Amino acid sequence: MVTAEQVWAALAEIPDPEIPVISVVDLGVIRDVGVENGTVRVDFTPTFLGCPALEVMRDTMAERIRALGAEPVINVRTDDSWSTDRITPEGREKLRESGFAPPSPRAASGPTLVQLQSTASRCPYCGSTDTRLENIFGPTPCRSLRYCVNCRQPFEQFKTI
Amino acid sequence: MNEQDTRSLLEIADDELILGWRDSEWTGIAPLLEEDVAFSSIAQNEIGHARALYELVAREQGTTADELAFDRAPDEYRCSTLVERRFLDWEKTIARHYLYEEADAKRLEELKQSGDAEVAGLAAKIDREEAYHRIHAQMWFDRLKDEPRFTAALDELRPLLDAGREEHSAELAELWEEMTMVRRSQPAGTRW
Repeated sequence: MVTAEQVWAALAEIPDPEIPVISVVDLGVIRDVGVENGTVRVDFTPTFLGCPALEVMRDTMAERIRALGAEPVINVRTDDSWSTDRITPEGREKLRESGFAPPSPRAASGPTLVQLQSTASRCPYCGSTDTRLENIFGPTPCRSLRYCVNCRQPFEQFKTI
Repeated sequence: MNEQDTRSLLEIADDELILGWRDSEWTGIAPLLEEDVAFSSIAQNEIGHARALYELVAREQGTTADELAFDRAPDEYRCSTLVERRFLDWEKTIARHYLYEEADAKRLEELKQSGDAEVAGLAAKIDREEAYHRIHAQMWFDRLKDEPRFTAALDELRPLLDAGREEHSAELAELWEEMTMVRRSQPAGTRW
């Protein structure tokens, strides 16, 4: 009989299809796991609603749960219960190591241009805070483009949601 | 979910789908590389919102998001004519972006107060993403606000926000042809 711990361990092995250094568990998108009579229910929240990785994540989770000998039920929760604040400390560290600045904490009032243009974001390569916003948007909906004035390196930052 | 809720969700979903298509027309040809990236990303978000909204409505009506998005006739859509227009000029694109985001913020604020927890939750999630669209629109508004071509575009497009949602432009029918062409050319139920 499969246990919730085994399911969590299996999910922790699933990489984010777009940022494979981080797992879906590190990302904090798994909201709940329930095991009952051979059925495993996973509640998960997409990062961004238009994220093309959503189906891939859902199918991979179902596949891994079947491999544990259980029947998967994957519930996609499209509510406001996920935020980038839920990325685990390990997940943030993995992002930084692979050249992505982790997201800033979510503010009650939502993001502002002034905040995005502020120099508080640290360059994941040299650690300098002398960085500037190049583009709110980037290669995927969850990322912005920034530039480090100190080491002259462009880098991507996970958007705060 | 009551009928009023279903109707407003469908209006928003149609707006986001059609605007997403229009925004995506800048992919590869925007006047600045940064805007090529921005409009492509905004388009992706809008279509993602449309999908989530259609899914809620589809469950209510016993259909699917794809059928709602693509299998209705053009005159059955409930989008605003503001999003239907095909623009190849930047000032009108930015004017629409600004007007749309402003109006969208207001209705999302109302939807977040919905008694239906699922509707309110989805509206809150959409609003988190739209916050970045609003910052982008505001940034461009501030840059162009004294440009006569831009203010003329705002004046021309603003009335479209209050126009009815029953009448559509010929541009919607043309877009619909393109948007549904592949789907219509396949046997029903083809899986991709």
